[in-house]
Amino acid sequence: MSSLLNSYFVKTHKLEISITIIAIVLFLIYFLGAPHVFTRFPIYRAFMQSMPFFGIIAISATFVVTLGEIDLSFPSIVGITSLIFGIIMTSTDGNFFIAFILATSLGMFAGLVNGLLVTKIGIPSIVATIGTLFFWRGLVNVISQGSGIAIVDVADGTWHHMIFVEKLFGKIPMQFIWFIVLTGLMQWVYRYHKFGNHIHFVGDNKASAQMMGINVDNVKIIAFVQLGFFSALAGIFTMYEMLYFWPTQGEGLMLTTLAAVFVGGTSVFGGKGTIFGTFIGVLIIGSLESGIVALGLSGFYVKFINGLMITVAVTVYALIQRRKN
Amino acid sequence: MAEELLKLENIYKNFGNVKVLKDVNIKINKGEVVALIGDNGAGKSTLIKVITGVHSPNSGKVFFKEEEVQIKSVAQSRKMGIEAVYQERALCDQQELFRNIFAGREITNSFGFLDIKKQRKEAEKILRDYIGFTSKAITVDSPVMGLSGGEKQGVAFGRSLYFNSDLIVLDEPTMGLSIQETEKVLNFVKGLKNENKSAIFIDHNIIHVYGAADRFIILDRGEVVGEFNKEDISREELVQKMIQLHESGKIKVED
Repeated sequence: MSSLLNSYFVKTHKLEISITIIAIVLFLIYFLGAPHVFTRFPIYRAFMQSMPFFGIIAISATFVVTLGEIDLSFPSIVGITSLIFGIIMTSTDGNFFIAFILATSLGMFAGLVNGLLVTKIGIPSIVATIGTLFFWRGLVNVISQGSGIAIVDVADGTWHHMIFVEKLFGKIPMQFIWFIVLTGLMQWVYRYHKFGNHIHFVGDNKASAQMMGINVDNVKIIAFVQLGFFSALAGIFTMYEMLYFWPTQGEGLMLTTLAAVFVGGTSVFGGKGTIFGTFIGVLIIGSLESGIVALGLSGFYVKFINGLMITVAVTVYALIQRRKN
Repeated sequence: MAEELLKLENIYKNFGNVKVLKDVNIKINKGEVVALIGDNGAGKSTLIKVITGVHSPNSGKVFFKEEEVQIKSVAQSRKMGIEAVYQERALCDQQELFRNIFAGREITNSFGFLDIKKQRKEAEKILRDYIGFTSKAITVDSPVMGLSGGEKQGVAFGRSLYFNSDLIVLDEPTMGLSIQETEKVLNFVKGLKNENKSAIFIDHNIIHVYGAADRFIILDRGEVVGEFNKEDISREELVQKMIQLHESGKIKVED
């Protein structure tokens, strides 16, 4: 047992192991407290259906947080790119390729704006992205004039609808498959690609990274751009699921998404993080609401317990960090 | 006649209105260790950052291996064979040793994915052969944070040797080190000469500088105010010159 605890894998994956244990305990509580819900498939199908919408963004945002930066504008990037997707789908009679390319390009452009404000102008990311948060949402309101767009006629029953959100074998929502695939891919990039490596060094110590020949500005800009892309992608998934655009689309995503990243164990100080942890964070944060209600507590507890989880998690991680130093 | 490695001609560097380097001319030969000395704010760090591509000069010419070059980035200066070991110790604390050694010039496949196996293997070689780490507590997977100052300095040196640089720039390499570790660093600097490598060496401690360098260049407020070969000046005289400079702002040059 002690040799197991001292093994290389355990030593280097303490965070991932702790967060996994927390998730298991949480699901055990659900399971024991509400067996009538948690021994049946529908609840898991509901999870698999809803988690990817913010999960995809959380995975992508892990890169930005590892940089020691933050992006608060992604809910509005989801909004503006979904709007554009809806407008183009309806006006081209369902031309998926044009709609997809334009919506994701706009997402990347919005990310580029964030990246340039942070690196070239030098505005702290928390401030810069509050600005763009309002800007893109404002633009959504101006363009949409407050009304929604139905894409049901041009999207329902199409092959793209099928590959985005229909059920595999009639059971597994496609968006969850995509979410798993993207998580694996991003984990690989995060740990084993030059870009992921540079993200860690820039987040750890910007000045040192610069002296080691890493182009700090470019790394940051690319991080914001990829978050813009994945925000657009998450918006498109939501559009296919709902078959409708509404002007507040994306607004509810901010807290759950960032909570998943922080609960997952990515350091708020930058330089250290885990994609797997974020994935588990998504499972935890995404299951809390239904879990709490299924346990028989009233819905009023959801935010409270959510807040408790986040505060305790970031405190524990900060303490672990401090002990190391 | 010694072979010339690096020559700076009429280098000027301003930061806004502040003239940090004014008409600096220096030359470094192959196999030579040159010490840059001077007070805080003399422009030593800026000068070496011009050489390593962190800063671009406002005007002036740089020659490397007798060819005029423009060093625009750290990556470029590294490619040419200039390697810096900075006072700020260009290592990132939370990242593993093997990642630190290859940061900014990772061994990758054509898609940009890291060859982790090769990086770890090469890093192990560096630890063993160039630095002489034998401690079992430190492996290539250890984060840098657990290392002592001297060990960190050793990693930075090992890195520069591995990448086979011609010119190694040492910014305050003995700062904050124990006596034993300082000894190691100075021995390392002396060892460079045997491999016909050159070094620029900045240190506040004239005793360290005197022992390790062949030639001394004194900078004061952005200008070269004195240059001495080791055989022409004793340690005491060098110290005297520095005190003189400090008190009067001038160096008396006698022929």
